[in-house]
Amino acid sequence: MRDVFVIGAGQTPVGEHWDRGLRELGAAAIRAALDDAGLETVDALFAGNMLGGAINGQENLGALLADAAGLLPAEAWKVEAACASGGAAVRAAALAVAAGVHDVAVAVGVEKMTDAVAEQVTVGLAAASDGDFEASHGLSFVALSALLMRRYMHETGACREDFAPFAVNAHRNAASNPNAMFREPISGEDFARSPQVAAPIGVLDAAPVCDGAAAVVVCSRDALRPAHRAVRIAAAAAATDTIGLAGRADLLTLGAARRSAEKAFAASGFAPQDCDLFEAHDAFTIITALSLEACGFAPRGEALQRAAHGCFARGGCIPLSTCGGLKARGHPVGASGVYQIVEAAAQLRGEAGANQVAGARVALTQSIGGHGSIAVTHVLEA
Amino acid sequence: MDAMDLPRYHRLTAPYYRLEGRRCKRCEVLHFPPRETCGSCGGRETEPYRFCGRGAVYSFAEVGQAPRVFSGPYLVALVELEEGVRVTAQLTDVDADEVEIGMPVEMVTRRLQEKGPQGYLVYGYKFRPVMSRSGAS
Repeated sequence: MRDVFVIGAGQTPVGEHWDRGLRELGAAAIRAALDDAGLETVDALFAGNMLGGAINGQENLGALLADAAGLLPAEAWKVEAACASGGAAVRAAALAVAAGVHDVAVAVGVEKMTDAVAEQVTVGLAAASDGDFEASHGLSFVALSALLMRRYMHETGACREDFAPFAVNAHRNAASNPNAMFREPISGEDFARSPQVAAPIGVLDAAPVCDGAAAVVVCSRDALRPAHRAVRIAAAAAATDTIGLAGRADLLTLGAARRSAEKAFAASGFAPQDCDLFEAHDAFTIITALSLEACGFAPRGEALQRAAHGCFARGGCIPLSTCGGLKARGHPVGASGVYQIVEAAAQLRGEAGANQVAGARVALTQSIGGHGSIAVTHVLEA
Repeated sequence: MDAMDLPRYHRLTAPYYRLEGRRCKRCEVLHFPPRETCGSCGGRETEPYRFCGRGAVYSFAEVGQAPRVFSGPYLVALVELEEGVRVTAQLTDVDADEVEIGMPVEMVTRRLQEKGPQGYLVYGYKFRPVMSRSGAS
């Protein structure tokens, strides 16, 4: 397999884009990534998106976005892996280049969530779970996270407030990211006072419903040019776990997240301690904790203690969600996995501005769908 | 709502009405939801197995903002059945402040969804606190 490099990155701000739909958001991110790479076109496009059919009445995003971004007649299709769709789209683009099928490809993640009312979005998100044995019984996506969080608290003795450092860190980092949705810092007291949406999950445990798009251009070594500020994709790996939470032998081990991280570390030759930053799938604070443990940044049940000691803040042992993460940059679901790559690439290029992790050389990203039924992990190297 | 929900939920009557899963004929591991390939040994032959319907709350949560066709607030739980298999379901006949992990519960059949005046009524299992401890059955 050939080496693959990120040579262009683009994004729209995350937020409520009342004046832009799927095609405008997606095309804007693609154009920005192409401009960054100094390219006019690509051989193929892979579009990460989860809810286009469910809430926008739009499928076939490959053709839609290739057309909108002026990339016709490039090969283009949608990649769907629930909230990991963005990570999977990057993986698909990287595979196409690594396999020698294409020299230059673009992965775009796009989601337009604010064109639907809350209960419709809730139904769309719940479709990532087991339709017959979770969603049909009234389990919302938030409720499934709440089941994980309650059990985690039961087994570790943690209380709700112990999850605060993840949300506080994300908001602090988002404050200096011009593309972030929530740029106001929050305190531990704000977290403790936030209303509960599906007890024990509160508003400030959860990432927001929002719109956004991000894109990366990837290419082979042959296609690299001196002007490219290239970042190598040292490894990409994906794995799956049971579609329903009830089928997990250990509810509190995200098996797909662990397996994909193990594969990515093995393929890249790096270990957790080699990573300079981690863009985690912090859709809920409990998922952040479980992802950290799955990737080897904390033993099972100990992520909260490490967070309390500042391990995951900027300047800590493994800076987390350095541009605000899903929690505060925002979580346009199918786009988030691509935002992670855009942000990690910015860190490794030394272009993260106020959020820069000094001397960052190796970055880990993990995109998780369906409460851990699918996970895509990337290792990037400067 | 949609008349084509009828075959979808008709297919599910065995697990929904009787808490019927499958047992692998090769390794005897029990499965719920039912599955045709054993998730444990990969065996392709499974047979129906009706779970006893008693268990204990393994985790629980309160749904405030309900998906369409449900109306919150209501309680949901992971229940660990006596056979050691877990099932995800709503809790009923109990208030949030009365539930705790480890609480014994039993299966009851209740209406899960009501999809409008022309809609299909979906019945299935929920779990409630054990009312009286009967002997082994």
